[in-house]
Amino acid sequence: MNFDLPVASPGAAETDQLLGALLLISLAVLVLVFGLMALYGIRYRARSTAHRGAPGEKSWRFEIAWTTVTIVAFFALDVWGADVYMRQSQTPAHAMKIYIIGKQWMWKAEHEGGQREINALHVPTGRDVQLIMTSEDVIHDFSVPAFRVKRDVLPGRYETLWFHPNRAGTYPLYCDQFCGTGHSEMVGDIVVLKPVEFSAWLSANGEIGGTLADQGHTLFMRYGCSGCHETTEGGGGGTVRAPPLIGLYGSLVPLADRTVVTADDKYIRDSILMPASQIVASYPNLMPSYAGQISEENLVKVIAYIKSMAGETPR
Amino acid sequence: MSIAAGLRSDNYINHETTVRSWLVTTDHKRIAILYLCSITAFFFIGGAAAALMRYNLLSPRGALVSPEMYNRLFTMHGIVMVWFFLVPAAPAVLGNFVLPLMLGARDLAFPRINLLSWYLFIAGGAIAMFAVTYGGLDTGWTFYTPLSTNFSKGFVEVAALGIILSGYASIATGLNFIVTIHRLRAPGLTWYRMPIFVWSMYATSVLNVLATPVLTMALILIAMERIFHIGVFDPALGGDPVLFQHLFWFYSHPAVYIMILPGFGIVSEIIPCFARRPLFGYKFVAWSSIAIAVIGFFVWAHHMFVAGVSVYSALVFSLLSYVIAVPSAIKVFNWLGTMHKGYIRYNTPMLYALGFVGLFTIGGLSGLFTAALGADVYLHDTYFVVAHFHFIMVGGMVTAFFAGLHFWWPKMTGRLYPESWGRVAALLLFGGFILTFLPQFVLGYLGMPRRYPIYDPGFQVLNVLSSAGATILAGGYLLPMGYLLWSLVYGQPAGDNPWDATGLEWRTQSPPRVQNFSVTPRVTETAYNYPPPEQQEPMA
Amino acid sequence: MSAATRHREDLPGPETEFQYPSEREQHDTSMTGMWLFLATETLFFGGLFLIWLYYRYLFPAGFALATEHTEFAIGTVNSALLITSSVTYACGVAAIRVGDRKLLFRLAVATIALGVVFMLLKGVEWYLDIDAGMVPGPGFALRGPGSQGAALFWIFYYLATLLHAIHLLIGLGLVTWIALRARNGTVTRESHASVEIVGLYWSFVDMVWLVLYPMIYLAGRAG
Repeated sequence: MNFDLPVASPGAAETDQLLGALLLISLAVLVLVFGLMALYGIRYRARSTAHRGAPGEKSWRFEIAWTTVTIVAFFALDVWGADVYMRQSQTPAHAMKIYIIGKQWMWKAEHEGGQREINALHVPTGRDVQLIMTSEDVIHDFSVPAFRVKRDVLPGRYETLWFHPNRAGTYPLYCDQFCGTGHSEMVGDIVVLKPVEFSAWLSANGEIGGTLADQGHTLFMRYGCSGCHETTEGGGGGTVRAPPLIGLYGSLVPLADRTVVTADDKYIRDSILMPASQIVASYPNLMPSYAGQISEENLVKVIAYIKSMAGETPR
Repeated sequence: MSIAAGLRSDNYINHETTVRSWLVTTDHKRIAILYLCSITAFFFIGGAAAALMRYNLLSPRGALVSPEMYNRLFTMHGIVMVWFFLVPAAPAVLGNFVLPLMLGARDLAFPRINLLSWYLFIAGGAIAMFAVTYGGLDTGWTFYTPLSTNFSKGFVEVAALGIILSGYASIATGLNFIVTIHRLRAPGLTWYRMPIFVWSMYATSVLNVLATPVLTMALILIAMERIFHIGVFDPALGGDPVLFQHLFWFYSHPAVYIMILPGFGIVSEIIPCFARRPLFGYKFVAWSSIAIAVIGFFVWAHHMFVAGVSVYSALVFSLLSYVIAVPSAIKVFNWLGTMHKGYIRYNTPMLYALGFVGLFTIGGLSGLFTAALGADVYLHDTYFVVAHFHFIMVGGMVTAFFAGLHFWWPKMTGRLYPESWGRVAALLLFGGFILTFLPQFVLGYLGMPRRYPIYDPGFQVLNVLSSAGATILAGGYLLPMGYLLWSLVYGQPAGDNPWDATGLEWRTQSPPRVQNFSVTPRVTETAYNYPPPEQQEPMA
Repeated sequence: MSAATRHREDLPGPETEFQYPSEREQHDTSMTGMWLFLATETLFFGGLFLIWLYYRYLFPAGFALATEHTEFAIGTVNSALLITSSVTYACGVAAIRVGDRKLLFRLAVATIALGVVFMLLKGVEWYLDIDAGMVPGPGFALRGPGSQGAALFWIFYYLATLLHAIHLLIGLGLVTWIALRARNGTVTRESHASVEIVGLYWSFVDMVWLVLYPMIYLAGRAG
């Protein structure tokens, strides 16, 4: 029997504390409820001659008492749970980014250095790792019990998840959202390596087509993006005036409808697939949609390239 | 009850005996029996699917069926159990039978709509069964898009039609109950004199009437999406797949309360009766049902904490999920308070009712885990959640249904079942249930995901334990089938009030006559007016 | 209730079913039932409207584009027709309350006529829409930016107007039934619950249209 559930990140330890508290409170309530049931059940069984006395008056005092105690306890638990969740939701700055693409029924991972993996993910200890995840088809869920985290992976969106591995080892990865026939085989390994081993792994597996951004640059040329958009090489820009991409990532973009958005992964993705939905202020609506023409994997690469033009250097 | 005794030969069962008289009946008691037969069939179909799944999980590679087949099995299990057993079980069987009796009414307000409800249910059930058996359906009962719309090859549209029809059956029953409770109470039966079962039926019906149409709309959109590719839930066409989850849970979370609220009502009838005590905190128990029904509409997104909802909505929905747990906790304390200083008899219904309190408490406490955001991020979609909702739905509701069935069986049939067999079945159910589902909490904590026919060999021991428990549980469900049927022919005559219970349903004959009461009863006292202990001799 | 205040309606009548103590009780109970049914209908349409508004919020430009291609004139005339039909039916209810069956019959027929004209115009409108290529899919006439949102608009348009039309057809059947009952004298001043119930339903169908009208023809057109 293998009841071993590794604790491979500080977040996992935090979740375990919360679960431990919940378990203790639950056990206390269970002892109370089953205890009272047994106590009254025996003491006040029909044949027992125990003294019953008159029925109690003022039952509302009891009602107020246990309602109040319940509310206070529940509120405390809720705040604790929310606190843990808030930390799970806020990715620390400068986390190492890895792109995850789910499809029926496999996980694909792309490192910024261009390394690719299927149904496996190598990460180093001692660093914050952020996963930027999307799906090519249905909804999946990236779940790593050793880190006590999971997140649904949705088509048409980038969902993120982060963790801070602190224990080397190989841990299971599951798809937790039912995704069709092969759902239970959409599993893999999370391989946590010491930093030195991780660097060795990166160099042994990289440099086939260059970094993610390099590959994105190639695609940028192939899809003809450089015909209109100005890039780092000083070229491009052509005859048509299009918003420049240098320094775009992470900046604030004023839109034609007078709103302002932050140029994050989702913004760039939407601008490629649904250009008309977010027109940059003072630019004409000319760009054709690339929906259906560019795969999720290539999108990730193009986005990595656009990111690299904002000084986000791949590691 | 001398008047009733004189009429005993003429009752709703033998008043007319042709098959046709049953199929065109508008008598609420006969419709309850029709529903009882139908949901029993569905219960065993859904149960058979569960048994096959548990058998398959004996081996980490799947002991029996292919993953594809397994997916169809759990889809069938979910659809049949939720929409064709749990939702209609207590309202359409027990509610239909006893609600008008409890109110002192001669029937529901709209008897023909009541019959229509059963036909809608049967038509929906037949269509859904066709979809899940002949066509095969592998989306899970949740129909998440875009799996159900763009990828599944099963008969999703057909199943949706079946579920929509059964939904209208629930709406018809719910509408009937609400109107009946408002308008057909016997003279003197004020709101605070009504049995808690009536209050819980009222709350259940409100949920049925207001939540079900939203599911209907969501299912219509799914069917349209499949047939015409309209793009409402398809991200490639600009749609939002998560929107479906909002619509689905806007119905399906209230549906959880549709399933469990009647259980609260049943147990609130039984515990006072067998503890010979008035229900502790009547008004708190009554209003907590209403509170659950109202708050039940505002917790749906707690199914979606990891599905891409915003942090702020997660915070709100988590808090509301804790809020809705308060009225449930209040009920448990009040049931315990009722037992205090009682004269407790351990007849079969009481054993089931106490089993309900225990299992529901465990299920409710596990809900505190999943309502805590940080914990849910880990536990969501694991076996922990499977165990949690089975403790509520099966340990809670199915046990309560059996409690109610055993409590009112003498009234429904005029016969007593063998008491010792009943007690054995109640204990089997409790033990089998614990053994089946307690290991699943541990499996969930260890990370085993839901809906996995093929799993990590490390999880095998706990799965085998769970499957072993399921075998005992199956015995606990089959046994009552045997002795209850036996009692129809060989059971002792029950008399009008075998449990010495209060409530108008016990003031008419067993089985009741066609229009329930020969003289409309008048109510002059509160519910559960069991004599105080001083005036009562200990039962021999 | 004391015997002195009893009216004929407080006693069981020929059409009173056994579960009711009096005709009035049956009447009031069936009204309660209809109101509850309308509550469930409200949630049914409410679900659709909510999704509609959600997508309008996501695709404001596309929805505005599509709205410009709707048949504004037909929609406006149809709104007027339905409102008028509710007036005629409401007058019919008032008529039977004072026992005027003939007037109820005439007003019911007028209501039917208005409803039928609405349906005919709706048919013409659908024909014009389809003819103009307002069918999402390969032959969709609206191209370029915003077409995605526009396609969703037209989906909602067809779904909502179809569901409304089905409700209206059922309503026409019910009003026809009332007209027949008015003619053969089954409804009276004392016993006319059916007239009131159908009135509630008919008004509800009207109300749904009054929500649909701005959502289809007006929002996004202004300016």
